[in-house]
Amino acid sequence: MAYSDKVVDHFQNPRNVGSFGTSTDVAKRTDVGVGIVGAPECGDVMQLHIKVNEQGIIEDAKFKCFGCGSAIASSSLATEWLKGKSVDEALTIKNTQIVEELSLPPVKIHCSVLAEDSIRAAIADYRKKNGMAADSAAHAATH
Amino acid sequence: MATKLPIYFDHASTTRCDPRVVEAMLPYFSEKFGNSSSRNHKFGWESEDGVEHAREQAAALIGANPKEIIFTSGATEGNNLAIKGAAEMYAKAAAGQTGRGHIISAVHEHKAVLDPCKRLQREGFDVTFLEPGTDGVITADMVAAALRPDTILVTIMWANNEIGVINEIPQIGKLCHDKEIVLHTDATQWVGKMPTDVERDHIDLLTWSSHKIYGPKGVGALFVRRRKPRIRLEAMIDGGGHERGMRSGTLNVTGIVGFGKACELCQHEMEHERERLVKFRRKLETELSRRIEVTQVNGHPEKRLPHLTNISFGFVEGESLMMGVKDIACSSGSACTSASLEPSYVLKSLGVGDELAHSSLRLSLGRWTTEEEVDYAIEQIVAAVQHLRLMSPLFDLHKEGIDISKIQWQAH
Repeated sequence: MAYSDKVVDHFQNPRNVGSFGTSTDVAKRTDVGVGIVGAPECGDVMQLHIKVNEQGIIEDAKFKCFGCGSAIASSSLATEWLKGKSVDEALTIKNTQIVEELSLPPVKIHCSVLAEDSIRAAIADYRKKNGMAADSAAHAATH
Repeated sequence: MATKLPIYFDHASTTRCDPRVVEAMLPYFSEKFGNSSSRNHKFGWESEDGVEHAREQAAALIGANPKEIIFTSGATEGNNLAIKGAAEMYAKAAAGQTGRGHIISAVHEHKAVLDPCKRLQREGFDVTFLEPGTDGVITADMVAAALRPDTILVTIMWANNEIGVINEIPQIGKLCHDKEIVLHTDATQWVGKMPTDVERDHIDLLTWSSHKIYGPKGVGALFVRRRKPRIRLEAMIDGGGHERGMRSGTLNVTGIVGFGKACELCQHEMEHERERLVKFRRKLETELSRRIEVTQVNGHPEKRLPHLTNISFGFVEGESLMMGVKDIACSSGSACTSASLEPSYVLKSLGVGDELAHSSLRLSLGRWTTEEEVDYAIEQIVAAVQHLRLMSPLFDLHKEGIDISKIQWQAH
């Protein structure tokens, strides 16, 4: 199976690899939302850290990913799209947009789903830390 | 001299046809094109001579009599013929009934053995699939413990295709001969690489394939013992009664001639080749283990084929690793490219954890492998693992001292 040029590019030059601290550090930070989805036995684990400012804008995003090239590209792309978006806007990112942008084949659609899930998980974590309901109006509207 | 890329490290999958094999085959395409069964003219005789010469070459490689060689289309057909053919011939009850007899195999056999066994299970035979220990070896003791009064067939591969681990075939053969049970071995990864003697090693049925030993694809052989004891098989393909009635169909003369030549070359060059490849394989294993932490060579450390190694690199996923080592053609233990997300069943049977089974490379060396290629591969694998570990959340957790297996993951 050949990978699309965009997948290869994200794989070789991943954007925004990293974290805003160890798992213990970020657990304490209220400006950081953490999303970890997937499982090692499934061959995919995605970790997304988002840094949200007081205006509710995602200032920065970092990812780490254990998974195939498409999973790495999906999470790398997600961090690019997240930066500068409000939390509510971020929740409108759909896996199908990732599939389209990276030209993922059907067997790799789960990678894009995982990326969308990691966004939701990170935002839910951020909201929980800040005493907000995880399921805001914007979130509900996407379902 | 610069290393020519990509490097081919997938010889357990298939091999390049040796130019000497191609040369031997060429006359049989359009000069000596006869049907080897045509008994009444020169064209037929020429082809028959080619086939019979190849039969001698194939027999010599495994210490058999040429009359004991049945040419097939390859190892999958050989395994099917041996397993189903023996089961039907030695069945203890007629088709349609249960209790037709007991068969012993193992969970980490090739699919071309497992699937015929599973079909026989549906057709009234009982099958025991032995489970190896963490070293991957099937021992004679394991087989002995599984024997039943109604056991009719034991089918255990000589060396495993994914991990290269060698089973106790001579000992299992002795046990089966003592108990008068038919022994079949899928020796596809073994023959041509390691010395084989079906008499000394007590083999009744032995499968091998041409394209794994520098011959053409689409041809192989099944050894069927003729005496002490004489093994009989129910044919799978009926027709003109070729190959002692066990495998009808006009013979693939060109392929068979090439296969014969490939067998002859292996017989002459095996020992030298083995010494060379063992050295290279050890270098790969030692250097990669030394330079990359949390690396595991899968399977028994000593009882293994000279040219094949299977290595897991913790915290990186196999398919992305393959993408990272783009100049090395090899296989991964990960089945992520297929629809299923299951890691290798062979590695799992050894008790290799899921995350390590997802992170393995099978590297298999061959006749034209050079030390420069081995060195290049080591550098590229080290770089790829480092690149991926920088991205791996699991590697971070490991560095923080967190045991990944203790985390409650949300399985997707």
